[in-house]
Amino acid sequence: MTPALAILRRECLRLLRRSSQLVQPLIFFSLIAILFPFALGQQTELLRQTGPAAVWLSVLLATTLSLEDIFRSDFEDGSLEQCIITLDALPLACAMKSLAHWLTCLVPLIGMALLMSFVYDLTPDARRALISALLLGTPVFSLVGTVASALTVGVRGGALLMALLILPLYIPVLIFGASAVHHATLGLPTLGEHYFLAGLAVLAATLAPFATAAGLRARLS
Amino acid sequence: MADLPEFLGSAEPPCRWLRTIVANRGTDTELGANTAPLAPRLEVRGLECVRADSLVFSALSFTVQGGEILQILGANGSGKTSLLRILSGLSQPTEGEFSWRGKGTAKDLQAWQRELLYVGHVAGVTATLSVSENLRYALALSGRCARLSLPEAIARVGLPGYAAVLAGRLSAGQRQRVALARLLLIPAAVWLLDEPLTALDPSGKILLEAMLRQHAQVGGLALVVTHQTLDIPAPYLRSLQLVSPEPL
Repeated sequence: MTPALAILRRECLRLLRRSSQLVQPLIFFSLIAILFPFALGQQTELLRQTGPAAVWLSVLLATTLSLEDIFRSDFEDGSLEQCIITLDALPLACAMKSLAHWLTCLVPLIGMALLMSFVYDLTPDARRALISALLLGTPVFSLVGTVASALTVGVRGGALLMALLILPLYIPVLIFGASAVHHATLGLPTLGEHYFLAGLAVLAATLAPFATAAGLRARLS
Repeated sequence: MADLPEFLGSAEPPCRWLRTIVANRGTDTELGANTAPLAPRLEVRGLECVRADSLVFSALSFTVQGGEILQILGANGSGKTSLLRILSGLSQPTEGEFSWRGKGTAKDLQAWQRELLYVGHVAGVTATLSVSENLRYALALSGRCARLSLPEAIARVGLPGYAAVLAGRLSAGQRQRVALARLLLIPAAVWLLDEPLTALDPSGKILLEAMLRQHAQVGGLALVVTHQTLDIPAPYLRSLQLVSPEPL
């Protein structure tokens, strides 16, 4: 098995075996998404309009909650040191970490978001746009989140610092993601937003693994 | 070939990593060049470490050859762990450099890292993976061929029957034994061991000493940080005493 595949397999196993880590973001997401209607009132039209924003914000917050664990346990048990010493291609390992995080944390969240789109009574067009925009936008959450997780690994109170670091960086994705769904609701074309999200995803996939690797080396030196 | 590690001795190297090394040696002999640059030899020159604005050690120079176990001694805070972390490539020295097989490691750190195994304060064992999954992952990460089968390695470190047990259920000493199994499993010329005896029982100490003796006999070298007396015959064992500089 190549190192990259071994890392991906190990990450998925590790994350799937800690069921609390898997379930907590999902429950957190559902709770926040369900709280919005309570605050906004019961008008279906209002919910339909605010639904996409609520779903995007809930995904964003649930992701932030899950980021801390990407490197924390590896840092504590010493496997991160092993990884840095042994691997020639640390950025590749970091990319695999992001991929594993996306597969185990964000893909279930997207499934949950589909469920929430019924709660908010989104139109079929809006639902399609929401899911496709999430599929393009959430890799950015994972990739950029991995950088922040690397920079705050081993820092006391790192979770709050991470939220401060990461939330501003998520703004572009939030803008294009939410506007894609909003435009779909109005029956307007959403290709532009999708292109922007895809562009952001490519940018993040190209740069984030290198930033993560540099961050890890700096944190552990 | 008597001084070669056993994993370099086979006629048909089974994987790329070994082939490169054997090929390197071959070329070297063919050219009739001095074989010394390729001999396993770690040379540290004028190393200095500053941590949190205070000098930990400076002007540290020593040489370790294949077949030598260097025990690093020194009071708490004298920089034993810092030294191993610098040598493993995790941190950078403020001054000085070290070379491996005659080549400075500053240019090609990875060539050096490919030949070393590091066991730090924490064992590097993932709690949510089983013992065999941990070892298989470590092996895949290194990209090298196993020196012996997985069950054999697990049995040799005294954990037979634990292969499928999650590492999180093991005691600290047992986890340390999993780290030792990594040393048995993955071929490497250099071992950097930071307090490997901390959690081990007396039988674990005997096991590690036997492993170190064997490692030295096949031409490997090791740097071991420990305060305990190691039962290793004199020609293999040397010691290095780190002395803290006077506080200013």
